[in-house]
Amino acid sequence: MSSIDLDTAWDLHPKVSVRPEPFGALLYHFGTRRLSFLKDRTLLSVVQGLAAAPTVRAACAAAGIDDHDLPRYHRALGVLADSSMVIERHQ
Amino acid sequence: MTLLQPATRPTRLVDLFEYGLDAPICLTWELTYACNLSCVHCLSSSGRRDPRELTTAEAKAVIDELQRMQVFYVNIGGGEPTVRPDFWELVDYATDHQVGVKFSTNGVKISPEVARRLTASDYVDVQISLDGATAEVNDHVRGPGSYDTALRAMQNLFDAGFEGFKISVVCTRQNICQLDEFKAIADRFKAQLRLTRLRPSGRGADVWDELHPLPEQQRELYDWLVLHGEEVLTGDSFFHLSAFGGALPGLNLCGAGRVVCLIDPIGDVYACPFAIHEEFLAGNVRSPGGFQTVWKTSELFLRLRNPQNGGACSSCAFFDSCKGGCMAAKFFTGLPIDGPDPECVQGYGEQLLKNRPQKGGLPQPSDDHSHRTTRAPRPVPITLSVRRVDRPPVSACAEDPLAGFEPVR
Repeated sequence: MSSIDLDTAWDLHPKVSVRPEPFGALLYHFGTRRLSFLKDRTLLSVVQGLAAAPTVRAACAAAGIDDHDLPRYHRALGVLADSSMVIERHQ
Repeated sequence: MTLLQPATRPTRLVDLFEYGLDAPICLTWELTYACNLSCVHCLSSSGRRDPRELTTAEAKAVIDELQRMQVFYVNIGGGEPTVRPDFWELVDYATDHQVGVKFSTNGVKISPEVARRLTASDYVDVQISLDGATAEVNDHVRGPGSYDTALRAMQNLFDAGFEGFKISVVCTRQNICQLDEFKAIADRFKAQLRLTRLRPSGRGADVWDELHPLPEQQRELYDWLVLHGEEVLTGDSFFHLSAFGGALPGLNLCGAGRVVCLIDPIGDVYACPFAIHEEFLAGNVRSPGGFQTVWKTSELFLRLRNPQNGGACSSCAFFDSCKGGCMAAKFFTGLPIDGPDPECVQGYGEQLLKNRPQKGGLPQPSDDHSHRTTRAPRPVPITLSVRRVDRPPVSACAEDPLAGFEPVR
């Protein structure tokens, strides 16, 4: 699993579709035809907030994640990066 | 499939899915009952087109609805979906509306030109059906010439550069000894192997006794699946085998009405593709409110969206992993829904099967669209399983898979 730099800007992959569900969300990547499940609404907020946030750290803060929880979300985003669900955004 | 759970809750995804989703993850849509083949195990008893089938406009309205519900992709089947004159029009319409398409075909229309067209789209995936790694085994089930048709389609896809198309195999008593050969075919065409379970649905009910894997073959299949892990797809078909030991990759849950369902060619919505019977009919897409209303409010689906009642299986140590197996398999073999699967690997299903009613007492599929004039009159004269007792079982020999059989011509 890769680790993404919290101080870089990220976005959902343009071929990824997000469907909110009561428990979190489903993500589907049309390019890789893979499905991911987010079992947490907070992670969904982070993922949806990536595009508008200057950094991953800012997107996490905006979703209300404190320093204690940050490492877990950081890891989860690393897994999403591995499957190309999220990609780095270059200004 | 990845699963992300940053929170510390010990909730398993399968426990959440038992209560259903806002829209299906995996929707099967059979576009037509028409088919150029007459496979003996066809789970939708296909052959002839039904005059009530959805029109192009109605099918497009269903796609609009799937787009609104954010159903990411549909598994299109039939019948043979590509024989519908508007098939490509509907595929284009779906992909233009953010609904991906994976379609199952016997390959009859996959010409070099079609293969090139398919390769150009990210939103279309193809699944070629093949039920034998050799023509002998395949054609006995799927009909003369069907092996060559499938292989030609694969070659065309490969030549066009379509990587990762699927080769879909229904596992039977006759082909379980060919798993490595299937894998070799998939590797040769840069395709992915998908293995699914033979269900006693549709015409499959007529041949199930002769085609379904023997107990020792189930073990062979399980071990093979464990060995090959996520590189082989199973559509979550074999969760009843998890009672052999560890769970197989996938959700290991009966998704009927919870995460999957079927829309049949005339718009009827069933709980799953293997349950075309009024007992599992939830509604019709032509009714007011369309598919979404059926999915969200059908009494049947709401009933299915509860944790499964273990019934006779409650006290079994493996209930948590196998969940009593496949609802459709139980129903069409005449077993109680809240009891063991007919292919329960602990052997509980076998005991019940011995006491089940005669054929006449078993539930019949709602509709039969079989060709009236083909090679498959009933009862289906398949003789593959007539095994001579003086020979070893086929699964134990590495030779010709038909060794031991004397097909009657």
